Amino acid sequence: MPRDILKVKNLNVTLDGEEIIKDLSFKVKEGEILIILGPNGAGKTTLLRTLLGLLPYKGEIHWATRNVSYLPPQELFQRKFLPPLSIEEFFKFKRVSSAQILKILDSVGLDSAVLKKRFGTLSTGQFQRMIIAWALVGEPSVLLFDEPTAGIDIGGQETIYSLLHKFWSKGKLTILLVTHDLNIVWEHANNVLCLNKKRLCYGKPREILTPESLEELYGMEIKFYEHKHK
Amino acid sequence: MQLILALIIGAFIGGAAGYLGTLMLSQRMALVAGPLGHLTLPGVALALIFGFDVSLGAFPFVILGIVLIWLFEIRTGLPMEALTAIVFASGVAITFLFLPEEETVPALIGDVSQISLSVTITTLILSIIIIFATKRIYSKMALASISEDLAKAEGIDLKKYNLVYLVCIALMVALGVRIVGSLMTAALVAIPACTSRNLSKNLVQYSYGGMISGSLACSLGILGSNFIEIPVGPLIIITNALFFSISLIFKR
Repeated sequence: MPRDILKVKNLNVTLDGEEIIKDLSFKVKEGEILIILGPNGAGKTTLLRTLLGLLPYKGEIHWATRNVSYLPPQELFQRKFLPPLSIEEFFKFKRVSSAQILKILDSVGLDSAVLKKRFGTLSTGQFQRMIIAWALVGEPSVLLFDEPTAGIDIGGQETIYSLLHKFWSKGKLTILLVTHDLNIVWEHANNVLCLNKKRLCYGKPREILTPESLEELYGMEIKFYEHKHK
Repeated sequence: MQLILALIIGAFIGGAAGYLGTLMLSQRMALVAGPLGHLTLPGVALALIFGFDVSLGAFPFVILGIVLIWLFEIRTGLPMEALTAIVFASGVAITFLFLPEEETVPALIGDVSQISLSVTITTLILSIIIIFATKRIYSKMALASISEDLAKAEGIDLKKYNLVYLVCIALMVALGVRIVGSLMTAALVAIPACTSRNLSKNLVQYSYGGMISGSLACSLGILGSNFIEIPVGPLIIITNALFFSISLIFKR
């Protein structure tokens, strides 16, 4: 029986007088893929940031590990007007060996030439692969990913998710993922947390994701919801 | 002898300012040194009137200014830049109530004609402290300029680093007013950073490029001022601006 790597109990987050997360409780087991679903403004990014200790909160958050890697949503990355930071220098923040860097770049499909490029000059697809490699290097126990495929074409999205799946299937990696892509939920999630300020549904996708629960979550009918072949 | 001492402090102040400036530019704070420089004016004026060291006079006023801006921000919630404008303009205005006319020019544009050995040594030590403190916080602050969340998630205590950063800026401004006056301190940190930005391919080249270009511009400015009848402060800035223009040709 895998251990609980994260326990959240009665979590409340209030920012500037506005209640963003209300009385939220859930657990994540080691090796689990938990997908957090919810409409815009539901508190998904706030939840991940709170779990990382970046925001004040009330309630309990217990991590069984400190080796947590975070990938913020693209819009929280400053890519313009930056100092001329090379990708090689960006990887130096992680304090890992060159061999590890080259290996991880290779596994996300980037060659070593990218190391000499500047942070701001990568294309969106290259940038996203690079940043995923950055999050994965040093073998974290837990990944917190906030919409890792926003702004990437369908082919690129497939690649990124199969990449994540590859890393996940190799070991005990636990993944908490925010996404709007219901396909990903059906294909990869062990558990789903539907969030709209409070917990609306929580459990295995096949058990809890019904047209009704999705309608309650998004406030409208969701036409496409289940994969035929499953 | 005076020239040698002036050259030494110029090279060190310019180098430290250029290096710190590259970090300030990546934080989009390059212009902050401007209002902070103006804020030193009452302190510089007092120093000139009572005959103590200008940097010594300037430093408490930078700190006072930062604290005032910070307090007003908490009290009013007004944007920082507006509060900075209130504080620095008031500082300049108050200075002219008591600054004698003959002291106006050195207070505004700097003066290195009377540098003592003790001032040189103090400046040298403080510049080295600024360079080393900046070096320590540099990579962490650079990561934070990409994404604060990412830096915090990596366990970087940004509050601590921000404090070190602010103290470095305050010290730098206090040192800078001696050579370029309270009017042009922004240029001392901003121009070498921009020059280096144009020429560098990575962070290492960029940060040290700023240091070299700042140091060289100050030294040449001081040297030049010895031969032609232009005050040292403006000549340093003009040299910096010249370096920047040349960097435009070779921009990567």
